[in-house]
Amino acid sequence: MKLYLKYLSMLLKSQMQYRISFLMTVVGQFLVSSSMFLGIWFMFSRFHSVDGFGFSEVLLCFSVILMAFSTAECFVRGFDRFPHLIRTGELDRLLVRPRSVIFQVLTSNVEFSRLGRFAQAVLVLCYALPSSGVIWTWDKILTLIMMLAGGILLFSALFVLYAGISFFTIEGLEFMNIFTDGGREFGSYPLSIYGEGILKFFTYVVPLALVQYYPFLYLTGRSGNALYPFLPLAAGVFIVPCYLFFRLGLKKYQSTGS
Amino acid sequence: MKKYLSFFRIRFQAGLQYRAAAFAGVATQFAWGFMLILMYRAFYRSGNQAFPMEFHQLSSYIWMQQALLALFMTWFFDGEIFDHITSGSVAYELCRPCELYGMWFVKNMAIRLSRVVLRCIPIFLVAALLPSPLGLTLPASAVHAAMFPFALLLGFLVMVSLSMLVYIGAFYTLSPVGIRIMAGTAMEFLCGGIIPIPFFPQWMQRIMALLPFGSIQNTPFLIYTGVMQPVQALKSMFIQLIWLGILLLIGSLSMRHALKKVVVQGG
Repeated sequence: MKLYLKYLSMLLKSQMQYRISFLMTVVGQFLVSSSMFLGIWFMFSRFHSVDGFGFSEVLLCFSVILMAFSTAECFVRGFDRFPHLIRTGELDRLLVRPRSVIFQVLTSNVEFSRLGRFAQAVLVLCYALPSSGVIWTWDKILTLIMMLAGGILLFSALFVLYAGISFFTIEGLEFMNIFTDGGREFGSYPLSIYGEGILKFFTYVVPLALVQYYPFLYLTGRSGNALYPFLPLAAGVFIVPCYLFFRLGLKKYQSTGS
Repeated sequence: MKKYLSFFRIRFQAGLQYRAAAFAGVATQFAWGFMLILMYRAFYRSGNQAFPMEFHQLSSYIWMQQALLALFMTWFFDGEIFDHITSGSVAYELCRPCELYGMWFVKNMAIRLSRVVLRCIPIFLVAALLPSPLGLTLPASAVHAAMFPFALLLGFLVMVSLSMLVYIGAFYTLSPVGIRIMAGTAMEFLCGGIIPIPFFPQWMQRIMALLPFGSIQNTPFLIYTGVMQPVQALKSMFIQLIWLGILLLIGSLSMRHALKKVVVQGG
């Protein structure tokens, strides 16, 4: 843990060397998610509600998913760049060092500029918290924290899975974007609006709905099922098969050389 | 002219090499488009009188957008050109016996076109086979069909000339990182890449119709789907033409200005 903090401060310092460029990237990230927010805002100023969900309720979804995604992307970014490690053969260097591969990939890159996205999500959340009409009793607060934690775990798991697949394909698999970037983009709205089939897919295959839709129903008082706030934990378990898959890939790994 | 054509051909053929990547891209874009259509369907269910077009027109719009994404993606820039500017190898580019603006312009066209050629056909085919309100339909009428290619070409040229301004901007800022992400994001939103321009509030639509951003993907797609009536379409194409002229002029003038003060450090 101490070593991890040391790595963090090292990476922070190195990214701070190009201060203007860093700041502009942070602002850029802020703008990227702001444009998403504007899109949602424009849609709601036209339609007022979607399938019975109001604007500030959707914003609750949007900000939680965005916070979870940007946190995961910030710290697990090393796995996102993993195909690059394989292609250049840099992974071989990691393998000979006396620390676990997971640890070294985690510390190979931390993308602090994702703070821009995070800040935007926090702003939106601050607006949505009072205006969504949710009465914030302790169980609701717990649900929100669960959603956030489960979301971070789920997106991290997807990044690990992405890295695991690249053991077999060598290059990154663009299709995974539909779950990571797509999860962020389409997760802005409660997943039920996409229809039964999509909801089932995101419940049983990629458990995004366990983090977002079901606890969200509880949060907005649409469902009283006391089990729903704990579903994000189940989604967090998704990281286990992803990790195992990564291990499998690592076992099978043959260097690409040079 | 021949020089530029061969630049175009080289870049185009280089772009065609990445077939596996294109295949993965097709699958991703297809899934993405499908999710978008499902999302708009939910909004359509919730209030179809507020919907600015027919639902099948929206589906066609989305499929067009996904299939021709590479033509109009605002966040895409040729990394090679930025490298030339930041590393100073632009000096070699300047030694070539042809004009820099034109050369980079055709290279940009080529790389975008090569991506589209690989990707659009499978998306068009599958989207056309989808059931009625979700799929891609034929152009609204023969007149629309005749106008569409011209509007598409004009929109494409406006897009490239707009992105040329960003490259030129890098001459002044030297680090492309910030300008790239900021310009890309702002342009994407204003062009209707996040939500189509007809979904914007009224006052903003009116402004966008006059700015170059509305002339890029908005005009050809609205013509294809028949949201724009022929008279309106002619007007929009005229605006496209004017913007193309203005942007080309600004681009080549500012390029000349940038090159006058460019300093290539040795090494």
